[in-house]
Amino acid sequence: MRIILERRPDHSQTMVLLSPVLAIALSLVSFFIIFAVSKIDPFQALYVYFIEPLTALWSIEDLLAKAIPIILIAIGLSFCYQSAVWNIGAEGQLAAGALAGSIIPVLQPTWQGPLVVTAMMVMGVLGGMAYAAIPAVLKIRFNANETLTTLMLVYVANLFLDYVARGPWRDPGGYNFPNSRAFDEGQMLPIVAGDSIRLSIVFVIIAVIAAWFLTSKTITGFKIRVLGMSPRAGAFGGFSRNKMVMMTFLISGGLAGLAGICEVAGPIGQLRTTVSPGYGFTAIIVAFLGRLHPFGILIAGLLLALSYMGGEGAQVALGLSDQTTQVFQGMLLFYVLACDSFIYYRLKIVRQRAVDPALAR
Amino acid sequence: MDGTGGGRRQRPQGTALVEARGITKLFGSFKANDDINLSIRPGEIHALLGENGAGKSTLVKILYGSLQPSEGEILWKGQKVGIPSPSAARRLGIGMVFQHFSLFDALTVTENIALALPDRKSRSALAREIEKVSAEFGLPLNPNSVIVDLSVGERQRVEIVRCLLQNPELLIMDEPTSVLTPQEADDLFLTLDKLTARGCAVLYISHRLEEVKQICHHATILRHGKVVAECDPQKESAAKLASLMVGAEIHALSSEVPVPENTRTRLSIRSLSLPEPHPFAVALHDISLDVRAGEIVGIAGIAGNGQGEFFDAVSGEQLAATATAINIDGKPAGRLGVTARRRLGAAFVPEERIGHGAVPRLRLSDNVLLTRHSTGDQLMRVGVIDFEGTRTLAERVSRSFDVRKASSDPEAGSLSGGNLQKFMVGREIDRQPGVLVVSQPTWGVDAGAAAVIRQALIDLARSGSAVLVISQDLDEIFEISDRVAVMSRGYLSEALPAKSVTREAIGLMMAGLGEGRRSNGEELAHAHHS
Repeated sequence: MRIILERRPDHSQTMVLLSPVLAIALSLVSFFIIFAVSKIDPFQALYVYFIEPLTALWSIEDLLAKAIPIILIAIGLSFCYQSAVWNIGAEGQLAAGALAGSIIPVLQPTWQGPLVVTAMMVMGVLGGMAYAAIPAVLKIRFNANETLTTLMLVYVANLFLDYVARGPWRDPGGYNFPNSRAFDEGQMLPIVAGDSIRLSIVFVIIAVIAAWFLTSKTITGFKIRVLGMSPRAGAFGGFSRNKMVMMTFLISGGLAGLAGICEVAGPIGQLRTTVSPGYGFTAIIVAFLGRLHPFGILIAGLLLALSYMGGEGAQVALGLSDQTTQVFQGMLLFYVLACDSFIYYRLKIVRQRAVDPALAR
Repeated sequence: MDGTGGGRRQRPQGTALVEARGITKLFGSFKANDDINLSIRPGEIHALLGENGAGKSTLVKILYGSLQPSEGEILWKGQKVGIPSPSAARRLGIGMVFQHFSLFDALTVTENIALALPDRKSRSALAREIEKVSAEFGLPLNPNSVIVDLSVGERQRVEIVRCLLQNPELLIMDEPTSVLTPQEADDLFLTLDKLTARGCAVLYISHRLEEVKQICHHATILRHGKVVAECDPQKESAAKLASLMVGAEIHALSSEVPVPENTRTRLSIRSLSLPEPHPFAVALHDISLDVRAGEIVGIAGIAGNGQGEFFDAVSGEQLAATATAINIDGKPAGRLGVTARRRLGAAFVPEERIGHGAVPRLRLSDNVLLTRHSTGDQLMRVGVIDFEGTRTLAERVSRSFDVRKASSDPEAGSLSGGNLQKFMVGREIDRQPGVLVVSQPTWGVDAGAAAVIRQALIDLARSGSAVLVISQDLDEIFEISDRVAVMSRGYLSEALPAKSVTREAIGLMMAGLGEGRRSNGEELAHAHHS
């Protein structure tokens, strides 16, 4: 007797929606077991992780602040993944955007005001785009696997950021801390709500709505879907795969760059050696958990931001390493991808031995 | 070429090694195999001949255990056996070399072979065994080579050695020479001789009549799922074999309206040549063809002789080297993409339905958009899709071509093959294109739907369009074409009036005879008179 995965005749709409829910449940169960094995009260740990951050207004604002970059990046990545372009280097594109956007406030500290902030945003977007264009060109020109190139370029960008923040752009009056000078209020995004919610939240809302419109209403979204599902049919439809690779890379790079400069010109307020605790990677999980749909991504982004908040809380309250958060996020991605298999396949139990290599032909 | 070229080959005497009796295989109501009897003796090379769709693959899959017959039985050395799976076939002593190899590029020869063997041996022992077998049968092979470094011929040797290691008594070879150079093919024939000298039987599937005449002891010829003849291929002329393969009935054209004369050329192909894009593909050589308004030109030929590459070149999925290689309504289009060619009035229906002509996971209305987004159908406004418009259009196509579907706008993948084909042909004919290029218009379609599609093609042509049909079904070609050309190994013959050529002549051309004179029509005429 053996268990095989059998292809479904039609893809299961139920599993499309059930899969992320199932993945979250499985992650929570696994988390529970990990805590129990580590001799930590699992109920308390789960409370600290997932409930406590929602009990105070300040921490909800903090949650939003963390969700903003994640959602922005995930929206961009959803374009890539729909067209089967596996950009996993948003973390590097974020760093590139943060660097490019910081050129004005670091080098021309006296320039201030709304125009300057706008220019910073534009440069952040362009920086992310330019950095994403590298793997796009490598893929188009040399058919280089983008999963590898984008990931490797993350380390290049992060090390370059580290060098710039420690070296040429270090604040002369900063007591040798590896930071740039602190930006002035006239070089940062204005606060639009509460104590700390900045204009970037508006960018998120615009991005979500624009992405929804683009993917579900326009020929561009249609092209992306067709090329992602069936490149040959896309070519037959007259759509250029190469143009689409470039476009999706530019969209995702631009949004990651925007997320980067919004962090620097927002919650952080200066250029540091690292500007992101892995938002670019978390966004990959968010994109898949949100079914590559803008509204799904919005919800998934808030959930993953919660895990960051919980991770910080758990560090304080339970003395847990902040790596625990990454374990949770990793498990979540693992489970969601595993559960997604059941959209196109179902389990079948067969009462027969023969495992035949020739059947795989 | 010892033992292959010279001398008569005698079919070995003796009782059958394997015998298929009354094999019938049904796919739905379609009989892929119809009461087939086949008997293979030890030590013989037995040719299995037939056009595409004649039922060769089905029969072979039944012998190799990948398919189960609906009726009939198989006898192995006189004993009735069931062959439930390929591994069961291998245990009996049946090996198979597939036309397209299944090797892992990044692994070595030994590693690839180890993966396929049921019993685990040490790699070095296996490597020694591979060396022994390859020396014995004249299949030079270095067990430590990585597959990616090997030529196509060497890769085939790996597949053969993999079979031989299991000491088969029957080796099935599916079109083994289709990927080989002539020199490699000769080497293969020597190996086959060594095998048969030891009493191993070979079931040899090929379209190449010359080669079958050269090496095979006996031939079984299939047509439309039935055995039409058994013969000694060395005693028969290639022309006779070809006519047995393709049949001899003549079908009348189903159009009342005669072909208009002296109309303008709507599709003109001029010296189109393309290198092969990958090792399993076929290069196109100096193809020229005109299709005039009002006529249907049929391109006959056996699968894999460049039809797919030719279709891609005409549709614009593969650009030609020069703009004037392809002309649509007098405008050079060789360097234009698919969309631009559609805008010039051309429409295309590829052979492959799923994943080429249609996206299975998209709805029919979205699949309408796939080919008609820029052809003046007002399906979008400044990039925004008019979903109402695409649905209406999909509905119109479905109604006029009688596409049966379960819901009003289902995913394309949920349609049956025949219905999806009607939809794809209808999607293009609905446009009233000036030029229609269609590959395998009725592949896998039931008789009723095929009649609908063929009539629609004729009506479109008679209304003033130029229609080019690429098909492996000779009946179809003769039924609808006004002129016929044959594609063989990337060459296209001159298109001749369908009424003046015989099936025999076409069959010979399809089997690749008379290569070297391919691009002139005299040969067809000669074959006709002989």
